[in-house]
Amino acid sequence: MRRDPKVLLMGEDIGPLGGVFRVTDGLHREFGPQRVVDTPLAESGIIGTAVGLAMAGYRPVCEIQFDGFIFPGFDQITTQLAKLTYRSGGRVPMPVVIRVPYGGGIGAIEHHSESPEALFAHTAGLRVISPAAPADAFTMIQQAIASPDPVLFFEPKARYWDKAEVDVEAPVDLSEEAVSTGLHAARVVRPGTDVTLAGYGPTVKTLLAAADAAEQEGHSLEVIDLRSISPLDVATVAASVRRTGRLVVAHEAPVFFGAGAELAARIGEQCFYDLEAPVLRVGGFHMPYPASVHEEEYLPGLDRVLDAVDRSLAH
Amino acid sequence: MDVSSTTDTHPTPVTTSTSADPDTLVQLLDPQGRRLDHPRYAGWAAHLDDDAVRGLYRDMVLTRRFDAEATSLQRQGELGLWPPSLGQEAAQVGSGRALAAQDFVFPSYREHGVALTRGLDVRALLRVFRGIEHGGWDPKAHNFHLYSFVIGSHALHATGYAMGVQRDGDVGTGEPDRDRAVVVYVGDGATSQGDVHEAMVFAAVTNAPVVFVCQNNQWAISVPTAGQARVPLSRRGDGVGIPSVRVDGNDVLATYAVTAEALDRARSGGGPTFIEAYTYRMGAHTTSDDPTRYRTREEEESWRQRDPIDRVRAYLGRAGRADAEFFAAVEAEAEELGRSTREYCRALTASPATAMFESVYAARHPLVEEERAAFEAYQASFAEPTRDDELHAPVSDARAAVAL
Ligand SMILES: Cc1ncc(C[n+]2csc(CCOP(=O)(O)OP(=O)(O)O)c2C)c(N)n1
Repeated sequence: MRRDPKVLLMGEDIGPLGGVFRVTDGLHREFGPQRVVDTPLAESGIIGTAVGLAMAGYRPVCEIQFDGFIFPGFDQITTQLAKLTYRSGGRVPMPVVIRVPYGGGIGAIEHHSESPEALFAHTAGLRVISPAAPADAFTMIQQAIASPDPVLFFEPKARYWDKAEVDVEAPVDLSEEAVSTGLHAARVVRPGTDVTLAGYGPTVKTLLAAADAAEQEGHSLEVIDLRSISPLDVATVAASVRRTGRLVVAHEAPVFFGAGAELAARIGEQCFYDLEAPVLRVGGFHMPYPASVHEEEYLPGLDRVLDAVDRSLAH
Repeated sequence: MDVSSTTDTHPTPVTTSTSADPDTLVQLLDPQGRRLDHPRYAGWAAHLDDDAVRGLYRDMVLTRRFDAEATSLQRQGELGLWPPSLGQEAAQVGSGRALAAQDFVFPSYREHGVALTRGLDVRALLRVFRGIEHGGWDPKAHNFHLYSFVIGSHALHATGYAMGVQRDGDVGTGEPDRDRAVVVYVGDGATSQGDVHEAMVFAAVTNAPVVFVCQNNQWAISVPTAGQARVPLSRRGDGVGIPSVRVDGNDVLATYAVTAEALDRARSGGGPTFIEAYTYRMGAHTTSDDPTRYRTREEEESWRQRDPIDRVRAYLGRAGRADAEFFAAVEAEAEELGRSTREYCRALTASPATAMFESVYAARHPLVEEERAAFEAYQASFAEPTRDDELHAPVSDARAAVAL
């Protein structure tokens, strides 16, 4: 925001309150109400006016308070924001970022723990990304804002309390190349030889814990943080699967028609002769997000991931 | 404290309407507990004798006691979250008591006092906030729908329900037990949602028997009403042709009267009404919220002077309309409700995890059955407790900053 006066934040309670997760804390004081806008309580309004602001040369960063509240803005995102660049033959870029705290694990009530990323990944014209760690969150949000395309930036709310050293002075590569290709590059966060585990956002930490646990049982698991859901860096996963011969994909969103299905299909196409076992998926069930008393069973926890690893190795 | 910048963002609305002045709101009981006359609305509360007013007082005290208990249960870690109704008892009890049994209510998520007036066992409200279920009661048992957490979404449902009532012919028959109306509760923030605007458009053009009760409690989490509207909210109704009224929401007799009139119009075929109940949320937005970040103690104190329960107590006490025995009995009843609420809450335990697969669809669904079978097989494979416990971050940390 200091670098580019055209960047502005919009959302509910993001001003003096600093957002319900305090992500924008202090920004209202520094940048004032014109650049940190407490909007009326209307998601379609937030996204729709962001579209207009982007046309006027601004770079709006919208905060949706909780995952379950993106749907009043869904129409504007999928029918307008996603399509304007295409409809205008590239004449009207849409540099809009939509930040969405998402996912479960915090014991919240209904509509406060959803994983709607696949709905957006299914929509052409949007980029859909999710950081898994503090340093990545720091660089990815800057690259998202620098992107000329609309970016759905899904923030795993269960990881808001994770702490790590972040070098905030280190320059972030905001070149066109870094933004357009680097932003969607997956990353091997833990090398291994027996099974590849792939996930994004909140599940990466679970996958790393699973790899730790498996190590004690004598298995070496490679963990990949996909970072981007659309586009999907299949090449990085394929390279890993060619070495391990096995892939387990995990995400909190329901498995049915989820991001894992796309990855499994593509790995099936590209690595057919390298696979020792079918690609397995672990994730949410085909149901509305359950009451919090059941969320531990609903979420793809350590045990369910390890169970899938066992099943993969049993082939 | 950054109140000045709040004001920067949301300048006080400039308006020529005298109704923007709270002093000109419909009022039948002043803050000192004196009953007032009103040319249009006094008649709608005229039949409320001492006995009836004592009943309203009791409802408000019970609501407050229940709410206070739920708030402390949240503090003790027994509930994940609680949206307090403190300060809004008159808006809720007054409007709720104006309803007939056959009327249907679509609440938002703070209408604990309305639930009480519907005869619902209010303790069942805790099931949602303890994370046991998403609902917890049968909407049809007391014509009180489930709480709605997506702001404004239920305004459309209420209007649609009212359109159904209309089609059933239960409007304007003149039979007091047959004619029905629908009431929907929304907040001041909710009025900004497209859904609420669309509901008002549908209600107006179909002349649906629906009453919109907007509890303007001055804040939508941290955003003051000036961040949603530059005119009194009741004027939103004018734009779509819905008769509207602003009422002192801390005056239980006035909210009763304006709601009774609106319901009568709806039931008799006169169409929708928009009521702005001007009130104040004395507590936090939810137990996760910190109001000191966005509003002043002085503001809260000035509203404390207008407490909805105090004024009825003053009214009843002044002319000996209620004696010490009555007040003691209400107090005892409230204490008992508090105690049984605590007991009820602590006794609420989780259903088996397989319960989450139930009711996803009304009819058989192969995918759900397949996933359920796989889940059961997986669960059966465990002899001992799971390894998940190590990974989960302390939930209390995560909850600390979660608002509704
Ligand atoms: C569609 C949607 N967006 C955002 C939220 C988050 N949220 C919950 S309550 C609230 C403020 C509501 O204010 P108001 O309508 O005035 O009702 P009040 O809580 O004051 O009764 C917000 C922003 C939500 N629940 N639903």
